[in-house]
This record gives sequence, C-alpha cells and structure tokens, in this order.
Amino acid sequence: MLALAHVLGKLARACAFGGVRAFTYDPGRMIDTIHAVQTPEGVDLALRVAGPVPRALAWGVDTLLQGGIALGLQIALSAFAGFGVGLYLIGLFALLWFYPVLFEVRAHGQTPGKRLMGLRVVQENGTPVGWSASVLRNFLLVADFLPLLYLAGLVSMISDTSFRRLGDLAAGTLVVYADAPRAPVTRIPDVTPVAPPIPLTLDEQAAVIAFAERAASLSPERAAELSAIPRSLTGQDDPRASLIAQAAHLVGRTA
Amino acid sequence: MKLEAFDAQGRPRWDRFARLLAALERGETDDAAELPPLYRQLCHDLALARERQLSGALVAELNELALAGHRLLYQARTGEIRGIGAFLARDFPRAVRSELPLVASLHVLFYGLALALALLAWAHPDLIYSFMSQANVTEIEQMYDPSGAGAGHERDSGDDATMFGFYIWNNVSIAFRTFASGLAFGVGTLASVTFNALNFGLVASHLVRAGSAEPFFSFVIGHGAFELTAILLAAASGMRLGLAVLAPGARSRIAALRAAALSSLPIIAGAALMLVIAAGIEAFWSPRALPAAAKFAVGAALWVLVALWLGSAGRSRAD
Repeated sequence: MLALAHVLGKLARACAFGGVRAFTYDPGRMIDTIHAVQTPEGVDLALRVAGPVPRALAWGVDTLLQGGIALGLQIALSAFAGFGVGLYLIGLFALLWFYPVLFEVRAHGQTPGKRLMGLRVVQENGTPVGWSASVLRNFLLVADFLPLLYLAGLVSMISDTSFRRLGDLAAGTLVVYADAPRAPVTRIPDVTPVAPPIPLTLDEQAAVIAFAERAASLSPERAAELSAIPRSLTGQDDPRASLIAQAAHLVGRTA
Repeated sequence: MKLEAFDAQGRPRWDRFARLLAALERGETDDAAELPPLYRQLCHDLALARERQLSGALVAELNELALAGHRLLYQARTGEIRGIGAFLARDFPRAVRSELPLVASLHVLFYGLALALALLAWAHPDLIYSFMSQANVTEIEQMYDPSGAGAGHERDSGDDATMFGFYIWNNVSIAFRTFASGLAFGVGTLASVTFNALNFGLVASHLVRAGSAEPFFSFVIGHGAFELTAILLAAASGMRLGLAVLAPGARSRIAALRAAALSSLPIIAGAALMLVIAAGIEAFWSPRALPAAAKFAVGAALWVLVALWLGSAGRSRAD
C-alpha cells in the first residue's frame, strides 16, 4: 500500500493543474506561487502571483506605449510654440508618474501592458487596488530601479514568496494573473464505471479523477506513461481505459 | 457526495452567481440583494469541494468565481481625498507638523550645509570650478547679470508658459525621486539634499562675489518659500521611509515600512502641490522686472505665509 501511495503521489503531481492546487490546501506541502487569502467567510481563496518575466514584459509594453503617447503629444503640440512646449512638459510629467496609477485604479488593476500579459494589480487581500496603494507602488518604482536597471526590485521579487517588489511591499499590493487558469479539462468520457480493486484514500481518488479529466488533452504516449505507474490498480491490458473507468465510478456514476 | 451529484446540485446557483456578477459589473442591474447569500453558499461549496478533493478543475473554477465575488463585495473605498481644499487647509499641515523633528532636522542640514559651503567658497573662490564646468558658471553669471540683461528682463508670455511646464516636469519629478529613493536606507534622499545644498551655497556665494546678490536673491526669494520648503518636505517623507527600514522598532521591517509609506503620502502629495504653486511663481512672477524692494517684500510675505500655513492651519477643530 505504501508503494501504491507513493506512485499515486507521483501521478497526482504529474496531473496537478498549472498553478492550481487540486488537493489539500496546505501551504507547507507544495512549492508553488499561490498566495492564499482568507476571506471573512472562512474560506481560502487562491491568488496566482506573477513572476518577474511577465511583469517585465508588461512594463516594456507600457514603456513603449508611454513613448508613443509622448511622441504624439509632441507632434500635436508643436504647432503652439511656447504654450505648446509648456503643455507638452506638463503632459510628459503626468505620463511618467500617473499613467500607471490612473490605469490601475480605473481599469480593474490593469495597465495596457498588464492587460496584454493577463496580469492585474490587487491589494494583498484580493480586493481592487486603491489610489494610495497605487501611487505608492508606482512612485517607489524609483527605489526598485536602484542601484541600476531594477536590480533592487528583482532581488526583492525573487526573495519574496509572493514576488513582491519593494513598491509592492510598501503598498501592500500583489501582481496576479487576471484570467482563470487555462486548465485543459474535459468531462470524464461516458464509459462503464468500474470500482477500483482496492479502497483508495482521498488523495489517490483525486489523482485518478484528475488523470481522467485530463486524459483527452494528453498525448497518447504521455497518457500511457502516466497510467502505467499504478500497476496494482490497473492490470496490464489497457491501463488508460481502466483508470478512466475507475474515475467514472469515483465521481459517482453507476453502471 | 460524489463529484457529479455535487456538480449537478451546485451548478444552477453557481451559474446564477456568475450571471449576477457579470450584470453588476456591467452596470446592467443594481439589485445586489441576492449576491451575499449566493456568495456565502459559493464559499461553502468551494470549501467542501477542496476538503473532499472532488476535482482540481472544479476547485479551480469555484476559486475563480469566488475571487471575482470577493473583489466586488470587499472592495474598499480607500484613499478618496476629501477634496483639495480640506486637504490643504487641514490634513497636509497636520501631517507636516506630525513630522516636525524630521522636517526641522532637514532644514538645519540643508541651510547649514549651504551656508558652510558658501563661507568656504568665499574663502576659496575657485572651489565652484571643482563642482561645475566653466561654461555652467558663465551661464549662471549671465543669468543674474546685474546690468539687467539676464533673468530680470521681460520675456514674452510663451516663454513663461514653457518655463512653467519645465518647472513642473523637473521639480515635481525631483521631489518624487527624493521621496522614493529614501527607501534605500535614506541614502538617496540625503544625497539629493546634500547635492542641492552644495549647489545652492556655491552658486549664491559666487554670485554675491560677482556683485549679482540683488538680482539673484530677488529672483529666488519669491518662489523659494514654496520650492525649497516643498523639496525639504519631500526629503522628510523619504527619510521617514528610510528610517522605517533602518530602525523599525517593535514592528517587522515590512510593517514599519507600510505604516511609514501611508503616513508620508499626504506630505509628498502636499509637497507636489506646493511645487506646482512654486512653478507658477517662478515662471510668472520671479522673472518680472520690478524694483528689488517690491520683490523682497512679496517674497518675505510668502515665507511668512508658508510658515503660518504649515505651522497653524488645521489646529483648531478636531476634524
């Protein structure tokens, strides 16, 4: 049985959805990028925090966009000599400091770059980001830049479990993935349910169900490889079909 | 309960919750009475599905739905500024006074350093060339040329508007950077204050020696009340961040930093507004060719005004 638990554990890890905890909610057990928020209803909600790479890309998109707007502003205001230059400089000031703040507060925590990368800024408790938090996190980007090229921000991000840069730490904000995880899940196919030959623990049941839900999206080779792991459960002839039939039984279908 | 029975039973109310949420977010309905009970039921379902390990896909789906509900139900109306009038009349002066020791220390540091450098440069006139190029010094000399060809001459209004934009872009950005770089243990802020003090002391000393004392000080005194004070207030808020990281006291560094950041926000916001006022004075008033006595009188009045405003506004009532 111990050996079975071990191989099913491997199966469970192989079948876990990208970044979504399918099994018991125990922060010490799995190393991943989930930030748990406990709600007043007493349930833990999982926020999937985003790492340095998508955030840097979002920053790059925003910077390009800011450059484009600045250029457009310059061309549009070049007709008005002195007053135009004054307005342009004020516009440049607003663009540099308040472009991210305005978008984050007014557009559901998303600057255009973050929207493109599927990111969102939220407060640490999962609620929308407010003016003061957004101003703080964006102004403190200056501190994250130190000593050069956002080194402080990067070090802060990779040493924090929730990828917070200095501005996020001071403002109490997180950058999370905005969209639901793209879980390649299908309904368990209609097959004749078969009871597992031995009683399974909850963990093991969950692993078998997760395999059956994802079987259609796995390559045949990968499905064969995974289903070959729990031999004492499946027998030899068609382990993949056998696991799916057992999953159908486990989700409560009757023959 | 098995997965499929659980799903069949819960699906109608989850769909209902999702539809209601979408309608509320699009503003199609404002009848949210049904939302809280549906949300509580959803949280219950999520906890059950997770505890019984029904299916990773279902847990993920319910989690996402509950998060959307959480965002809508628990969003805070924070950081709404009460109106700029109330802010300037009460909140900002109060915030400044609550940091009085820090503000006072930075004033002593800035003016002390500037005076020391001015005296040093008085004794060693060549000192300025260790900090500035010959071309820069010549440019400054011409700007405050006592014969009246420099800053004192009349510009046209387009130039004034350009300079107004430039002072906002340049000075407010400097204030924000002075604030933010304080997070690096206060080093960035102190470096900025020191650099500005050295610059100010050297230039003042050099211009007095060159006989340009009157055009220089009559130009600077008007907007100086707002500009110099605002830069030092920005520095005080930056030092608050740095001190929170250096000496967090009984709190964790992050908790101390958070409290410091929130409490210094009104000061940096007020300093930015003061710099906009200063930009207006510097662009439209300071360069006017008026008798020096008039400019000194107005400038002195502005200093008294700033001191009275920050020192006494918002003291009387509790709110």
